[in-house]
Amino acid sequence: MSSVTIDKAAPTRTVKYGSMSRDRKWALRWSYFFLTLFAIFSLLPPIYMLITSLKSSAEISAATNPWWVFHPTLENYVGLLTSNQFLRFFWNSALVSIFVVTITMLISVPAAFALARMRFWGSATLATGVFLTYLIPDSLLFIPLFKVFALFGDWTGIQLINRWYVLLFIYPTLTVPFCTWIMIGYFASIPKELDEAAIIDGASWFQTLTRIFIPVALPGLIAATIFAFTVSWAQFLYPLVFTTSTDQLVLPVGIITTLIKGDVFNWGQIMTGALLGAAPPLIIYAFLMDYYIAGLTAGATKG
Amino acid sequence: MADVALRKVVKRYDDVEAVRGIDLDIADHEFIVLVGPSGCGKSTTLRMIAGLEDISDGDIMIGGDIVNDVPPKDRDIAMVFQNYALYPHMTVAENMSFGLRLKHYPKAEIKARVTEAARLLDITDLIDRKPKQLSGGQRQRVAMGRAIVRNPKVFLFDEPLSNLDAKLRVQMRIEIKKVHQKVRTTTVYVTHDQVEAMTLADRVVVMNKGRIEQIGTPNELYHKPATRFVAGFIGSPAMNFIPCRLEDVGGTLQLRLTDRIAFALPPARAARYNALPRTDKLLLGIRPEHLTESHAHLGPGVETFDAVLDVTEPMGMETLVYFGLDGTPVCGRVDPNAGAKDGAPMRLAMDLNNMHLLNEETGAVL
Repeated sequence: MSSVTIDKAAPTRTVKYGSMSRDRKWALRWSYFFLTLFAIFSLLPPIYMLITSLKSSAEISAATNPWWVFHPTLENYVGLLTSNQFLRFFWNSALVSIFVVTITMLISVPAAFALARMRFWGSATLATGVFLTYLIPDSLLFIPLFKVFALFGDWTGIQLINRWYVLLFIYPTLTVPFCTWIMIGYFASIPKELDEAAIIDGASWFQTLTRIFIPVALPGLIAATIFAFTVSWAQFLYPLVFTTSTDQLVLPVGIITTLIKGDVFNWGQIMTGALLGAAPPLIIYAFLMDYYIAGLTAGATKG
Repeated sequence: MADVALRKVVKRYDDVEAVRGIDLDIADHEFIVLVGPSGCGKSTTLRMIAGLEDISDGDIMIGGDIVNDVPPKDRDIAMVFQNYALYPHMTVAENMSFGLRLKHYPKAEIKARVTEAARLLDITDLIDRKPKQLSGGQRQRVAMGRAIVRNPKVFLFDEPLSNLDAKLRVQMRIEIKKVHQKVRTTTVYVTHDQVEAMTLADRVVVMNKGRIEQIGTPNELYHKPATRFVAGFIGSPAMNFIPCRLEDVGGTLQLRLTDRIAFALPPARAARYNALPRTDKLLLGIRPEHLTESHAHLGPGVETFDAVLDVTEPMGMETLVYFGLDGTPVCGRVDPNAGAKDGAPMRLAMDLNNMHLLNEETGAVL
């Protein structure tokens, strides 16, 4: 045990530091070390994308330092943003994501409320069941799902395959279970007395959900929204399988199928497209992040 | 406002009977306190009156109507919870008016009622704050305000003061009493704190193991407990129970506590207990305040004995003394100037005019 004397602003005090604070100091150093390592590791690819997106095709293939832009140009950005095709992908992605988020929330919020609060026969099993469906990987599901939609087309004559809106039926199989699970957790953390108070005050189940649970669990709702948006925006396998015509493609698939021609990779535009595609989730995170921090349940009960 | 009646109300959870056939009549305007140790069924009973729990058997009536299958919102009751259960995203005013807004009351009336309740509870300045900006006592006032604005038939309180610190609890206790004196709404109040029960109630219902042990005014329960449970539960420090038996010595009835200590019973008590079989195992119930220091002018029926004190607890206005009688721990209350010391012998006086005699096996007060 050693003691360190430090001078603080007047009045001067002698503070003894024990081994606890030394442990803490080392713990902090290690965490900074690994966090820095992690930041470099995960930020390198986007930085490389940015650098590449600012180069012309000639400079990309030239044998110069790949980490530096010698002749910066916006030609890739201009090229993509004036291409109707790229804007179409963007539009499709936006449509799919917005609809999927809406559908997901409309299903999973009431589902989570019912599973978390209305005790009914089999509700606990059902809650676990909902989560288990999330554990089945999409690489296992896409063939049977394709078969289902093909059969559906045969029987009803309604052709959904190769339409962007087929994704509105498929993505919720990924987003609904997980969002329901998140919301069950949030709803379960709301004290039971809060809904009892609402019920005694004369609220119906629906009013309890809309006027008490949703506002109180807003951080959870936002977390679920972000998740659903990210999943539908970045989904690759399903749109690759279910959509083929260029006017039906979403962004991730569109970039790959149109900017790689045979064995020619248009790296500059691929990187630009990927960067532009990453922008909307980033913007949404930035705006909604603050809501995570707000401890909205504070003050509901004792404390 | 209305009377409330419970008729053979039973609550079963699977195999466990939490409430075992309760009969209770609560008069209009009455303040009833359900008190008992945790798990005695008092909260379950309250929640059944509220409609938050189904009843397994029996009937609950509010204002003469059976409400067994009436949902909580149609029972016209208001409830205050232990942890306040304020809506965290609403201001104080919104919290209080939530029920009225759901019922589409005119805005002017909502405002009038909220203002009036806020004035009554002295929270007018807090009306625009959120619950997290309030202290525990303020939150509890808001919770009460939410109940008052509804102007319900019955108020239900579920341990409303348990989360507050001791000082605030005493203060809020008085507030609740004041509010009840003003609004006079029929009130059912659940607590495990017998002091709260005694100070607030018109009548106290002592519950134990899902049954009612005794119903009575605070004074009745204190002075005429019906069972050992009630005798031991009401009063702090608790009543002493000392094993004893009755003896006839020279034509007088004596109460023998130990080989050394036996007291002649006062005539009134002797007449009352004379018919009891002398073989019964009995318990003497005596409250600490009837075990005091001995002094020169003892009245009739007050008997003295010597004891060696184990521990003394100076409380300021009195000193609690603990000693053993044949291994039974006993507590007495003596004057702080009586010179009680740990480990020292002391001459004590027992007021047999205030004694109780209990059957050790049945627990009944004889």
